[in-house]
Amino acid sequence: MSEEQVKKDPEKEKMKVKSIKKMKEIMTAYYIDAKTATQNGKKVGWITSGGPVEPLIAMDVIPVYPENHGAMIGASKMGVDLCEKAEDMGYCRDLCSYARSDIAASPVNGGPIGGLPAPDFLVCCNNICGTVLKWYEVQARYYKVPLFIFDTPFCHTEFSSEARQYVRSQIDEYIHFLEGVCGKKFDMDKMKEVGRLSLQGQRLWQDVLDTAMNKPAPMSAFDAFFHLALIVTLRGTQTAVDYYTMLLAEMKDRAAQKIGAVPNERYRLLWDNLPIWFKTKWLSDKFASYGACLVADTYTSAWCGALDYLDENDFLGSMVEGYTRIYLNIGVDEMLKIIKKMIKKYDVDGFVMHSNRSCKPYSLGQYDIMKTLQREMGLPSLMIEADMVDERAWSESQIETRIDAFMEIIKQKKG
Amino acid sequence: MNTIRQFHDVINDSNGYARRIKKDSGKKILGYFCSYTPEEIIHAAGVHPLRLFGTRSAIAHADAHLQAYSCSLVRGVLEEALAGRLEFLDGAVFPHTCDSIQRLSDIWRLNLKFSFHSDVVLPVKLDTPSARKYMADVLRKFRRELEMGLGQSITDAQLSKSIKTFNTIKRALGKIYMLRSANPGMISGADVYALVKGAMIMDRADAAERLTAVATELENAKAVKGDSKKRIVVSGGLCDHADIYSIIEKSGGAVVWDDLCTGSRYFEGLVSEDGDPIEALADRFTERVVCPAKHSSVSARGDNIVRIAKEHRASGVIFLLLKFCDPHSFDYPYMKEMLDREGVPSMLMEIEQDLPSEGQLSTRFEAFIEMLR
Ligand code: SF4
Ligand code: SF4
Repeated sequence: MSEEQVKKDPEKEKMKVKSIKKMKEIMTAYYIDAKTATQNGKKVGWITSGGPVEPLIAMDVIPVYPENHGAMIGASKMGVDLCEKAEDMGYCRDLCSYARSDIAASPVNGGPIGGLPAPDFLVCCNNICGTVLKWYEVQARYYKVPLFIFDTPFCHTEFSSEARQYVRSQIDEYIHFLEGVCGKKFDMDKMKEVGRLSLQGQRLWQDVLDTAMNKPAPMSAFDAFFHLALIVTLRGTQTAVDYYTMLLAEMKDRAAQKIGAVPNERYRLLWDNLPIWFKTKWLSDKFASYGACLVADTYTSAWCGALDYLDENDFLGSMVEGYTRIYLNIGVDEMLKIIKKMIKKYDVDGFVMHSNRSCKPYSLGQYDIMKTLQREMGLPSLMIEADMVDERAWSESQIETRIDAFMEIIKQKKG
Repeated sequence: MNTIRQFHDVINDSNGYARRIKKDSGKKILGYFCSYTPEEIIHAAGVHPLRLFGTRSAIAHADAHLQAYSCSLVRGVLEEALAGRLEFLDGAVFPHTCDSIQRLSDIWRLNLKFSFHSDVVLPVKLDTPSARKYMADVLRKFRRELEMGLGQSITDAQLSKSIKTFNTIKRALGKIYMLRSANPGMISGADVYALVKGAMIMDRADAAERLTAVATELENAKAVKGDSKKRIVVSGGLCDHADIYSIIEKSGGAVVWDDLCTGSRYFEGLVSEDGDPIEALADRFTERVVCPAKHSSVSARGDNIVRIAKEHRASGVIFLLLKFCDPHSFDYPYMKEMLDREGVPSMLMEIEQDLPSEGQLSTRFEAFIEMLR
């Protein structure tokens, strides 16, 4: 008995992703930097997750991401408490739970890291949703700091030349804004370097995600949710490049050794929408119990979707397209095209959608996507009604039943 | 008043009315959803712009496309269209506003086969010169799309004429609102609601004429004396419920002004009748009181509700918010706070297409109105 136990452990050790430790160190250091920024004479700029962060890095500003904060709040299961606080402040329960928990955390320094460092200014790019505009207006009133809105017109079917010009002129306005709030000139050479690192980081992140094409997949979407933090928060830095270089090597190594994220991988699934932060472990175990691995997702890959448009030699100029034509800022049929590509690329057997009450731009349209995938590719889909942070929107027994039923279908189809 | 009756008739069967327009005049009809629609351009093309509201019928089709957490406006119009009750439409125009409308446009385009579909992707921020330029560019783009879609050109002269027609409508509505504010008992809230909604459905030349007549008639009417009702301002997205107004009145209040898309945000601020008509429209869209899905400053809507409350000596404000409407729900706390600071009490009422029972509504309104000074 005890002998077996000893034998099992190295197996388990082998399964673990080693880079996780490094990642935790980097994120801790990052938040310490951010929280001590003022003491060190640095500015803090809050920015949306899809926002053009590279110019901030070039200006030596510490970018802080309230959405990443929201994710941490969700993962540490502090969401309900903060969401309820927001509701006491008058914010309706149906609003985005990232926004609610962040807004409520500000006055009480709530959340797992005791609140975010106060911003010197805010940068809101609406390429992900209209919610961030409202959220940043709230925070601009609360902190009484300047707000820059980077307005990226929605591309239902096209990116019009009118919109292109408009976004182009905002890049100059953005730099002008940063020069004002930072009180120094913008350094074009530094920008070039940051642009290069940003692209390099995004390419590496894509390569990391691509390792899941291997069978078995060395990493799952649940791993990607975790490793995503750096491409969001430290995009454009050497730190991110180094980290993803290391992670890529580890994943390639796992692939070569045929170490799967899920033991005995039999089914491969694609995840859609934000993670359900407070239930990632439960979900991952649940699917793994069927030998099902969520090999890819539409969410974490959004941070390399701009690779098609970004140009190392004219980073600022190419940001126009790179930041406008991102995953959530395009029509449902455009999203569908990307999903279909991913289905083929990662060779998936089914599609798991998180219908996320918080996020309308992501969730409305999912039914149409589901029907089209069924019709055109015969691909089974599962829809999980939940929320990324607010646990009150989670009903475990119902969801479990649906997952069981869905896996039965997958089993029957694939054998 | 007979004219007001006609507005009620039109709004009670807006689909029937639209069918008649089509049959009698052969005009094309384009549906739209939001007060940022450049109606003047549509109208100048000889097309009838028809504002679509939710549905009074049960949702049977829209649920297959939209989750239950979409607002009842978005669900309702999609239901109407999928059920085939909007068969008279030649298409629809979607100005970019909130996330829900944005996705509705996609779902509409992919599932309904009307011949014309246009997304008017307006700027979201309205406080910079480049946004102002983009606003005009987008309007010009929309004009071109319409011209292509219809195979005919829209001249500046036609545009200027349309601008005048819409200005007449808006001027008349503004006057009716002012008269009511001065003398709230003279016209019921349900009637004003019918006039505003009718103005977005009726043939516009007709609407302009009739509304002007109503305004004149009210101007000449004698003041109603001894009105002791509490002066109420209603704020929110849109209110598509005549009953709400009657219940407020029965509960001892009188709506004297509003901050609604189907109200003052629609008619306040006229389009200049001089100069380039597209530039004039762009100016108006940039300068009008904002909807919460657009940005002109961090306190624009709060400042506006305080201004309204003062100008119209409001005893209280009733926020009527559509459930699942994000932009409005985000603005509510700070608007309330700004009103609190001015000593103007307010209450929040969340509504959907199906209203709570009259009893429930009266209880809440009565409790609020009773505590007003
Ligand atoms: S979760 Fe959705 S609604 Fe919330 S901030 Fe992110 S993109 Fe916007
Ligand atoms: S602004 Fe609000 S009411 Fe209007 S469509 Fe959007 S969510 Fe619905």
